[in-house]
Amino acid sequence: MGGRDAKMVLLDENGVRCDGRKIDETRRIMIRAGGLKNADGSAYIEFGDNKILVGVFGPRDVHPKHMSNTDTGILRVRYHMEPFSVGDRKNPAPSRREIEISKVIKEALEPAVMLEKFPRTAVDVFIEVLQADGGTRCAALTAASVALADAGIPMRDMVAAVASGKVADTIILDVNNEEDQAGQADMPIGYMPSLDKITLLQLDGVLTPEEYKKCVDVGVKGCKVVYELQKKALKDKYFGSGGN
Amino acid sequence: MGSVSVIDQLKKTQILELLEQGKRIDGRALDEAREIKIEINAIPHANGSARVYLGDTETICGVKIKPDRPFPDTGDRGLFICTAELLPLSHPTVETGPPQPHVIELARVVDRGIRESHMVDVSQLVIEKNKSVIGVFADIVVVDYDGNLFDACSYAATAALLTSTTPKWNWVDELPQLVEGEETPLPVSTIPVSVTMGKIASHIIVDPNGDEWASMDARITITSDSDGNIVALQKGGSDGFTQDEINQCGEISVRVGAKIREVIKAAQKGSQ
Repeated sequence: MGGRDAKMVLLDENGVRCDGRKIDETRRIMIRAGGLKNADGSAYIEFGDNKILVGVFGPRDVHPKHMSNTDTGILRVRYHMEPFSVGDRKNPAPSRREIEISKVIKEALEPAVMLEKFPRTAVDVFIEVLQADGGTRCAALTAASVALADAGIPMRDMVAAVASGKVADTIILDVNNEEDQAGQADMPIGYMPSLDKITLLQLDGVLTPEEYKKCVDVGVKGCKVVYELQKKALKDKYFGSGGN
Repeated sequence: MGSVSVIDQLKKTQILELLEQGKRIDGRALDEAREIKIEINAIPHANGSARVYLGDTETICGVKIKPDRPFPDTGDRGLFICTAELLPLSHPTVETGPPQPHVIELARVVDRGIRESHMVDVSQLVIEKNKSVIGVFADIVVVDYDGNLFDACSYAATAALLTSTTPKWNWVDELPQLVEGEETPLPVSTIPVSVTMGKIASHIIVDPNGDEWASMDARITITSDSDGNIVALQKGGSDGFTQDEINQCGEISVRVGAKIREVIKAAQKGSQ
């Protein structure tokens, strides 16, 4: 992914970050619901320089059959990065990192989707990272929630996601690639605002117990901002309130 | 493991009913880990090793240390790599073949907890800058399963690393050359301790055993260092946590982790 400038100032004396943002500001976020013809539901997100496409199929028959569950539907998630999405070419085969992220996103979405209404079926979520720039798992989870809603699958809530973190001893919202590489901590958070439930949470980096609490708080507040944009994307598609 | 181990529905009901009364199926307090037994230097052929029993879960970690090429962008640092594997003899549902996603997650979470704590001081593991560094490989195997592999694997790796010694290599004729008989303790700066908590209904329990693991709605693994800082975290499972629960889990992990750190330190002292 390659740091661009090793001596970059992550946070200057005026509280301005390396890409000009304030400490509690997200990058530019554009979410579009729909767009793919063949998928049952889809979404596209641009989150800073991240560009991610999500397609949802189902509920549909499960193949292989032994994976099906007679009590409930199952959710399957594949998070995949294109070879051209990062600085050096990425091997197109799924890496251990991608397998872990697929699992973490699946478990973040499961509490939101009413799978019990569709026993013996599967809902498949395909996430394709076209361009990556730090924070892909959060952007992907955000878009996947919109795609599931676009597919008309009954949900308890949407999961909104953004990372908080620590850079230059300061807790910040929405960690970009440079901040992730050179910063002190990165905490991706997925949150269902209407239910007050955190469904994705990871951390790497060193935080005091006080910073830990603050980091969760900043992340949850950020998720609420993202949530409004998810709702707007769906409203734009289905109620045509201002095109995109 | 939750998805593959079979548990009687009656047992699940029993676990939940007991929790409603503030009790656990094996009589522990909600924030009480199982007894931890650590056997240092279980594998003398390794540069450091430990066998850990966390209740009836048994893991072995062997540390191997050897010269290696550095990563292109970190020529001034040695390598630290941690792996974890479920052996087929550890549980009837474990199959041979490529690792399942839950095993990949296990290995990555254990690796991250130790890596992010900066336990192993890789800056001291350089033979020749940009050309040759020392690689530290902590390989963990699960021998017997009774829940909470995250912590059992983490304690095994931590105990093995704490008691590892590294050989010395000189840079001679563009090659690392072993200096016989000069072994020094692996440079270690802190003792990371992971604490895994399960959530069953709205109850948070520390160190779920196999039956509890199969009954959990969600889980969270939080690693803290010797200074009481939180260094890594992973949420898993098909439910969520409220913000209050996340804060509560953070406090539990630091408090319970401090006690477990003393158990690991005692094992380290006992081996010297």
